[in-house]
Amino acid sequence: MEWEAVIGLEIHVQLATQSKIFSGAGIAFGAEPNTQACAIDLGLPGILPVLNESAVEMAVKFGLGVEAEIGMKSVFERKNYFYPDLPKGYQTTQNDLPIVGKGVIEVEPEEGKIRQVRIHHAHLEEDAGKSLHETYTDENGRGMTGIDLNRAGTPLLEIVSEPDIRSAKEAIAYIKAIHSIVTYLGISDGNMAEGSMRCDANVSVRPKGQEEYGTRAEIKNINSFKFIEKAINHEIERQIELIEDGGRVIQETRLYDSEKNETRSMRSKEEANDYRYFPCPDLLPVELDEAYIEHIRSEMPELPKQKKQRFIDELGLSSYDAGVLSATRPMAEYFEQVKDRCGDAKLAANWVMGELAGQLNKDNLEIEQSPVSAVQLGDLVKRVMDDTINGKAAKQVFAALWAGEGASADEIIEAKGLKQVTDTGAIAAIVDEVMANNPQQVEQYQAAPEDKRGKMVGFFVGQVMKASKGTANPQMVNQLLKEKLG
Amino acid sequence: MALERSDVEKVAHLARLKIEDNDIPEYTRDLTSILELVNQMQSVDIDGTDPLAHPLDATQRLRHDEVTESNQREHFQQNAPAKEAGLFLVPKVIE
Repeated sequence: MEWEAVIGLEIHVQLATQSKIFSGAGIAFGAEPNTQACAIDLGLPGILPVLNESAVEMAVKFGLGVEAEIGMKSVFERKNYFYPDLPKGYQTTQNDLPIVGKGVIEVEPEEGKIRQVRIHHAHLEEDAGKSLHETYTDENGRGMTGIDLNRAGTPLLEIVSEPDIRSAKEAIAYIKAIHSIVTYLGISDGNMAEGSMRCDANVSVRPKGQEEYGTRAEIKNINSFKFIEKAINHEIERQIELIEDGGRVIQETRLYDSEKNETRSMRSKEEANDYRYFPCPDLLPVELDEAYIEHIRSEMPELPKQKKQRFIDELGLSSYDAGVLSATRPMAEYFEQVKDRCGDAKLAANWVMGELAGQLNKDNLEIEQSPVSAVQLGDLVKRVMDDTINGKAAKQVFAALWAGEGASADEIIEAKGLKQVTDTGAIAAIVDEVMANNPQQVEQYQAAPEDKRGKMVGFFVGQVMKASKGTANPQMVNQLLKEKLG
Repeated sequence: MALERSDVEKVAHLARLKIEDNDIPEYTRDLTSILELVNQMQSVDIDGTDPLAHPLDATQRLRHDEVTESNQREHFQQNAPAKEAGLFLVPKVIE
């Protein structure tokens, strides 16, 4: 039987605020345990949470970015459960009236294959603290769990998709699209390694063509692109095997173990999901007005989709190139800087996607870590455009910039004597010398029929380039050789 | 709707309340009569009435996004029954 996977994702995005969602404690990453946990975060008696205006603004920006309905009135509720990393006994979150309603996002899992994934809603909530299951013991030697509440109260935007995703590959494309939007908007650093983006996946399978969904399992807390794909694929296989062997999928939460590449049961959802939501009496409804929304709309930056279209329409780039160059904000910023510096979008695109991307890939670096800055690369491309250097020398200059051998293309061109020779007399002299040193080849060339000569001239071009240390203008070399060889 | 003994036990468990066995019949009766009141209210026509999220007719004031709290760990951990390396210690949580 042919099976189809049905996947819905819940992505928790940590918002790039200065302080927590309901308190004035900081949220810097890597602080000493419990040094950023104030009375509100600790849930001490008598506290009153007050909502952070930046968190609201960031959530609205996201909503506008995915063309969603904005909840003009949204309500915070208490989700009740007991766990030591949540000292209040409830998580303050949104349920019935979230700040972001239905939206849609376009993803491209394969070149040219565009899919729409609907966003069910996105809501604001607070993060919980962290439990450290290490070897702590009390005075009687009993095992204890360490609790760090620095993370408690960190603002999160939970983005819930409809079950519109059909493969692990599409899931990755969707997460990358969300990552790209939140980083373009500047509402999150999107740093998965530091937990700024965490993903839960609801996975079920059904016979292809069947309308009804199968029973789903939720895979918790997968936090790298690589593991998301593996975890989902693994879970799809597990469910298919289970059903084909006559079993049935039960609704439960499973944890992905990246070392063993397997998911295992964590707790049965039926048991745990009685959260008894009710409106939080400490927080009043949040009401937004049109003027506020319009103000935020007017401050929206260009998003990846619009940027891609502009690269195609205004810069004349291919759809593929425009897609690659607009995929992430750092990539787009780098490319646009190179383009502005040199003034030629296509050449800038070729260099960024070719030489630069190749080196970054080879050295396993992100574009933000590139040893060659956009200004340096832009100046280098300019020197190719004005014929100061030829393409071959340009690659040498790039390698030298990469290795930190000079501060600018001009400096390296000067130091290495790479300036292109365009003086006809000088090139002619080298051509003469090469012909004089290779009389046999000259004879063979002149004896060859016209249609064979094209290939043979390559030998002389190579010799001339070598003699000029790569600095001769290749077009001029070709032309002079043809004239002189007859 | 009449509650069962098991409903009361479940609610008590979710709320982490320890209740005595011989008190359960009374809780069951009391909670059932509260639900009967809810049932009575269900018959009211509320078409065109928005759900009330808060009894006060006011909206949430927002706070400027700035760090105003300094580290007071020592102070807050004074009455913690167990702590180590800046962490609060609690009886081992087993998943």
